[in-house]
Amino acid sequence: MGIANLKKLEARRSALHKAHENVKTQVRVCSGTGCAALGAFEVYDALVEESKKAGLPVQVELAPCGKDKDPIFVSLTGCQGFCQIGPLVHILPEDILYTGVKVSSVKDIVGKTLADGQVIDKLLYKNPEDKKRLKGRADIPFYKGQELVALEGCGSVAADSLDSYIASGGFSSLAKALKMDPDQVIAEVEKSGLRGRGGGGFPTGRKWRSCVNATGDERFVICNGDEGDPGAFMDCCIMEGDPYRVIEGMIICAHAVGSSTGFIYVRHEYPRAVERLSLAVKTCEENGLLGTKILGSDLNFDISVARGGGAFVCGESTALMRSIEGSVGEPRAKYVRSVQRGFRDKPTVLNNVETFACVPSIINEGSDWFASRGTEKSSGTKAFCLVGKVVNTGLIEVPMGTKLRDVVFGIGGGIIDGRPFKAVQTGGPSGGCLGENYLDLPVDFDALAEAGSMMGSGGMIVMDDRTCMVDVAKYFLNFLMEESCGKCVPCREGVYQLHALLDKLSRGEGEPQDLEKIQRLGKEIQVSSLCGLGKSAPNPVLSTLKNFREEYEAHVNDKRCPAGVCRDITTFTIDPDKCTGCLVCKKACPPDAISGEKKQVHVIDQDKCTQCGACRLVCKFDAVVTS
Amino acid sequence: MNVAPAVDMDRVGAVLDRFEKGERSHLVHALQDLQSEIHYLPKEAIKAAAKYLDVPLHSAFSVATFYKAFSLVPRGETIIKVCLGTSCHIRGASVVVEDLRIGLGVGPGETTQDMKYTVEVVNCVGACALAPVVIANTRYIADVKPGTIVKIIEEG
Repeated sequence: MGIANLKKLEARRSALHKAHENVKTQVRVCSGTGCAALGAFEVYDALVEESKKAGLPVQVELAPCGKDKDPIFVSLTGCQGFCQIGPLVHILPEDILYTGVKVSSVKDIVGKTLADGQVIDKLLYKNPEDKKRLKGRADIPFYKGQELVALEGCGSVAADSLDSYIASGGFSSLAKALKMDPDQVIAEVEKSGLRGRGGGGFPTGRKWRSCVNATGDERFVICNGDEGDPGAFMDCCIMEGDPYRVIEGMIICAHAVGSSTGFIYVRHEYPRAVERLSLAVKTCEENGLLGTKILGSDLNFDISVARGGGAFVCGESTALMRSIEGSVGEPRAKYVRSVQRGFRDKPTVLNNVETFACVPSIINEGSDWFASRGTEKSSGTKAFCLVGKVVNTGLIEVPMGTKLRDVVFGIGGGIIDGRPFKAVQTGGPSGGCLGENYLDLPVDFDALAEAGSMMGSGGMIVMDDRTCMVDVAKYFLNFLMEESCGKCVPCREGVYQLHALLDKLSRGEGEPQDLEKIQRLGKEIQVSSLCGLGKSAPNPVLSTLKNFREEYEAHVNDKRCPAGVCRDITTFTIDPDKCTGCLVCKKACPPDAISGEKKQVHVIDQDKCTQCGACRLVCKFDAVVTS
Repeated sequence: MNVAPAVDMDRVGAVLDRFEKGERSHLVHALQDLQSEIHYLPKEAIKAAAKYLDVPLHSAFSVATFYKAFSLVPRGETIIKVCLGTSCHIRGASVVVEDLRIGLGVGPGETTQDMKYTVEVVNCVGACALAPVVIANTRYIADVKPGTIVKIIEEG
């Protein structure tokens, strides 16, 4: 079974290609986190079982020497992107995308679509604009305007199958790279203009070259899968959905920099990513794609999967390395870079999951191909998680330089319930909030940084008029306060004080000079913290203060939260003209503060009300008003 | 006051045997495996791990208390994780915490007297499209509406 050399790899690929050509219908069941949570695994099992019962020639693995005529290949793929309407079942070559598939719909899918070629209208995506049903990915606005590079295999290859990856062209890039001189590989990555997808945007090729130039008898390659930014799950999707691609990218890097040991550090909140990556590593070892003399070359390379311990700071490169060493994940000052002295004080290349996932495409298609996408200084494409109060939430990938407006209103389909757009938050706890006047901003590393936010790993959280910017800033500070490792004073104490100031504002106790204090303290923390976490910690506050100053002023001067979120200065009442007496808010109220009978106007008992806002969340008639 | 059950040291030993003796870099990994075996980290287990891997006791405790994944107190049968990622936060996750506090009588980090439920808050589980999300052991509960979570969990 092993793939000892290039010839065997190609032989295996061509056999699998033939098997693929024989497949008449492909049924791809999305098993991304979202779809899995909604029951995708049960749907997959039911599909396989029901097809067998119906006597259809169903295959769950690509069989190069299958006897069936016109087989149907049913596979579990990674995230197909449109998490909002999962579980998704994508049927090819017809390009039929079934949405919200339940086990109860499986019988119909098998009987009508797989056996008879009919399209089931009610399972298709309904365009909210004109209520028309759209058949496949090619028709749905969410998928238009996207270009998949890092996510190419995510949602198409069978996530835990090496054969499926090889059939889709997998490891051909490694085969090509092994024929190249390591220096040529690095030059190609340099020319592509690829920058680190983890947030920093450091040129990947330059990092690899510095590692080669550093002195040391041993070099390490580490993949950072500690995706800690709340609101970002791209790396999770890639690790779960296309694990072999990440491994291929790492092996190419190992060849380029001359390393024989690699690690993938995965967040412990992603159990399925750990499972799939571990399986992929094992399968590669068994097939000779990891270990000694990879594909018959002189390259020896092993990968271990390390689980994180649930500390945000471990996403920082030096802290992550400490964590793999088995210690407390505290960062160190970076006057000596980790490419020179990283893991165990040896030269180390640490790249993010998405960065490694881009590498195979760059080697295969060439640096010019990659560089022709995106903007001059930020080449290629970037995966984003489009979440928050946007109609179409999910995982997307667009060329760098795409305008925010096209992402939020084009792919995202605008704001839920037609409410007004307020801001989009990028860059996680290190980023910032950009308001309406930035909607035409081209999204790339430099434009976002100039606007006072940052790319970060790629979370994009859309906010409407019911999101309070002071609350959002406080939320991130609270997060960072808990996650600060405590090693340096500016971060440990500064963020704490910054949080206290914002808390004061949200309680309606703010004083006019507080805004000035926030600004000053924020700048101090930025310049004096030890690591990236601390240096960027004030960003959410400073960017919201800059872009939404009037909202901060309302909290200070009028003791009022315009969005109706900050509990201590918000009162919830029911508008008698709008209330229909539907009892929904009454049932939802945690402290039972709402009284009223059916079809009669409800009243909130202010003494009992905890201002949690549950009533406003559930009211369909906009009858709950805040003041 | 919850009384911690006696620790089965044979199980602790069996977990530690999977690791190379005296190899300190395995500390985080070993504590993770111990926690999945016993569901929390009793101090006897941390001490045993420290001794086995030849790590000073203070370092072992330092690691055990640094990482959020570790719990030094016993936890309930069902661990209810409320996601407080940004997406869940702006879609009303705090109401879910409130519902649990009132319905089960425990806040984040606490366990019910009968040791049935532990409530925890986590920062993003990568299912943002389903916000707000709650995970009860391994079961994902999507798009949790106000006033519903306690019933959903109790009904299992």
